[in-house]
Amino acid sequence: MSMNRREFMQMLAVAAASGFALNSRAALAADSTGGFYDSPSFGNVSLLHITDCHAQLLPIYFREPNVNIGLGQSLNKTPHLVGEKLLKSFGIRPGTREAHAFTYLDFENAARTYGKVGGFAHLSTLIKKIRASRPGSLLLDGGDTWQGSATALWTKGQDMVDACKLLGVDVMTGHWEFTLGAERVKQVVDNDFKGKIDFVAQNIKTNDFGDQVFQPYVIKHINGIPVAIIGQAFPYTPIANPRYMTPDWSFGIQDDNMQLVVNEARAKGAQIVVVLSHNGMDVDLKMASRVSGIDAILGGHTHDGVPAPIVVKNSGGQTLVTNAGSNGKFLGVMDFEVKGGKVVDIKYKLLPVFANLIEPDAEMANLIKKVRAPYEAKLAEKLAVTEGTLYRRGNFNGTFDQLILDALMEVKGADAAFSPGFRWGTSLLPGEAITLEHVMDQTAITYPQTTLTEMTGETIKAIMEDVGDNLFNPDPYKQQGGDMVRVGGISYTCDLRKGFGKRINNMMLNGKALDPNKKYKVAGWAPVAEGATGEPIWNIVTDYLRDKKVISPRNLNLPKLIGIEDNAGIALAGR
Amino acid sequence: MNPLRRAFLKNAGVVGTVAVAIATGLLKPGAAFAAAWNSLAFTAKDPAEAINNAGYGGAAESSDIMIKAPDIAENGAVVPVSATSNIPGTTSMAFFVEKNPTPMIASFEFSNGAEPYIATRVKMAKTSVVRVTVKAGGKNYTNSREVKVTIGGCGG
Repeated sequence: MSMNRREFMQMLAVAAASGFALNSRAALAADSTGGFYDSPSFGNVSLLHITDCHAQLLPIYFREPNVNIGLGQSLNKTPHLVGEKLLKSFGIRPGTREAHAFTYLDFENAARTYGKVGGFAHLSTLIKKIRASRPGSLLLDGGDTWQGSATALWTKGQDMVDACKLLGVDVMTGHWEFTLGAERVKQVVDNDFKGKIDFVAQNIKTNDFGDQVFQPYVIKHINGIPVAIIGQAFPYTPIANPRYMTPDWSFGIQDDNMQLVVNEARAKGAQIVVVLSHNGMDVDLKMASRVSGIDAILGGHTHDGVPAPIVVKNSGGQTLVTNAGSNGKFLGVMDFEVKGGKVVDIKYKLLPVFANLIEPDAEMANLIKKVRAPYEAKLAEKLAVTEGTLYRRGNFNGTFDQLILDALMEVKGADAAFSPGFRWGTSLLPGEAITLEHVMDQTAITYPQTTLTEMTGETIKAIMEDVGDNLFNPDPYKQQGGDMVRVGGISYTCDLRKGFGKRINNMMLNGKALDPNKKYKVAGWAPVAEGATGEPIWNIVTDYLRDKKVISPRNLNLPKLIGIEDNAGIALAGR
Repeated sequence: MNPLRRAFLKNAGVVGTVAVAIATGLLKPGAAFAAAWNSLAFTAKDPAEAINNAGYGGAAESSDIMIKAPDIAENGAVVPVSATSNIPGTTSMAFFVEKNPTPMIASFEFSNGAEPYIATRVKMAKTSVVRVTVKAGGKNYTNSREVKVTIGGCGG
C-alpha cells in the first residue's frame, strides 16, 4: 500500500495523539541541558514539598476536577478555578504538558499522549536531581501518605513508611494516617521515624490535660540558617473520620496557639518560619490572614494543584500559600534567599511528575517491587473493562463514584445510595481493565463497612444539607475540605445562593417527589460511628464488576446547580 | 506531663480541684454546689428569657470577653468552651447555648479578686451560638461565638 505525504502526516498526528511517538526517556537527556525539569537553584535555603500521595507507589492517571466551586470570598479565586480559567490565570498554554498536569482538559487524549504521573521511583529520581543542586535542602511530607492503596491498608502503612524513609523525607504531618489508629501512628513515630523523620503537629493535644501529642515544630539548620517547620495536622480528623480511631486526642485549627508557636520559633532565632499544613487551601488562606510571622504555608488536603503561590497580607507583612496537588503527581520546590537574618526573596515551582520523562530510581523500584510481591497477583485480577473514563475528583460526583453507587444500589437492593465525597482515588482511561488494585485505590480505608438503612425523606435531606454545608459554608474554618456526598437514585437541585438547610431542594426518586415522612432504603459505606459490621465496600464493587464484565460509560447523577452563573470553578466536562 | 502525674490527677480528679478552689476562696461554695440554684433561669426554654432570669438582662456586647471554643465541635456531647473576662471588677459569669432545649449551662461567681476565667464543657445537639455573660461593676456584658455541630463523615 502506498501512502502519500498527506496521509503519512495524518498518521503521524494520530500516533502522537495516542501516545506512540512523544514519550521518550531520551527527554531526560534533554532535561539536563535545559529540559522539562531544568530548575536552576536559587537562594540559600530550599524546601521540597510532597503531599496527599495517598499511598500511590506506582505511576497512575489522575484527572483534575472540572467542578471545584468557590463562593463568597473564594468566588473565582484560586484554588476555585478549573480548566481554561485556571490556565489563563497562571499563564499556561493550552494543549501543553503543563496544561494536562493542572487541568482536566482533553483528559483522555492528553493522558495517552503524556502518560502516567507520579510513582515513588520516578519521584525519587526527580528529588535526587533537585536536591543535587540544592545542598542542605529538606523534604517535607504534608500527610495522607499511609492511606489510599491496598498495600498501605494491608501493611498498616508500613510500605509507605519504608518508602518515605528511603525517599528522604525529613519532616511530616498527617491526616488519614490517624485512621490507622492512634497507637499505630505513635508506634511509627516513636520507632521507624526515630532520629530520621520529625512528625510535627501544633494542633493535636490530649483531651484531658491539653498536652502536646507530637512536637509542634522543629528547627533545622540549613546552610547555617535556622528554619522552623511547624506542623498543622488536619483540624477536623475526629469529625470527618471516625473519632474512635483517636479517642484521646483533640485537633482543631487553633490559630491562637499557632501564633504562640510562630512567636516562640522566632524568639529561638528562626529566620524562616514555614507551616507544613493539612488544613486545606481555603483554611490556609484564612489562617495566613490572621496569623503573622509565617513566611510560607505549604499546604495540602484539598488536592489543589496550584502552579504559583498565593500572597496573603497580614499584620506582620505577608505569607505565601501553596497547595501541591495529590497522588504523587507533583513536587513543590520553594527556594528562599536569606540575607542578614531576613527572607528577601522566595521562588516557587510546582513540578508535575511525568513518569515517561524520568528514569525510575533503582533502589526505590526494588523496594516497591518487594513490598508488592506478596499481593501482586491478587491485585492484578481483571474484574471488568471500562468503556468510559473513570475518575472521582469533583465537587458533586465522579464516574468511579457513580459506579460505586450503582453497585451499592443493585447489590443491596436499595432505593438510593450515599458514597463519601473523598478526593483521593486514581483514574482509568476508556478500554482499560478494572483490576482489584483500581477498586482498592477508591476504597482502601480502615472503616470500609457497607450499610443499608431505612431513612425518612426528611433524614435524607438533613444529611445532604449537613454535608453541603461542610463544602459551601461561607466561613472556610467551618468547611472540612472534602467534596459533596455522592448521591445515587435521587435527583436534586442545589442552590448555592442559599445558606444552611436551604440548599437542597426538588428531591425526586423515580420521578416522584421525595416524601419527608416516608421511609426509603439507603445504602452507604464508610460509617464514622463505631460498631458497623456490613460487608466491606470492595467486596460489593468487585462482585458487581465480575458480574457485569463490561462497564458502560456511567450516567452521572449530578444536581441541577443554581447560582453558578459566571463561576470559574465549574466547566462542562469534555469542553 | 509524665504518665504518673496524669494518672494521679485523673484519679484525684474533680473532687480535688473543686476542694482546692473553695479552700483558696476562688469559688464560693454556693457556686460550686449550686446551693443558690436559680430554677427560673436554668429551666427557661427561650434564650432571652434564660438570660433575663439569670440576671443578665440588657447586657452590652463586649469584645473584652474572650471566648475560646472549637469552630466545629469534635463531639457535641462534650464541647470544650472557655471564657476570660478582661472587664475590670468582673464578679460573675454565665454560659448559654442558645439552641439547646434549656439554654442556660452554668453560672459562676468570683470573689476576692479571683481571675474571671472559666473552662467548662457543654452539650450541644446542633449548631448554635454559645453566649457568655458577665457582671462587672454592677453592669451586664456579653459576647458570643458560633459552634458548628455536624454529623461528620465524608471528609478528605
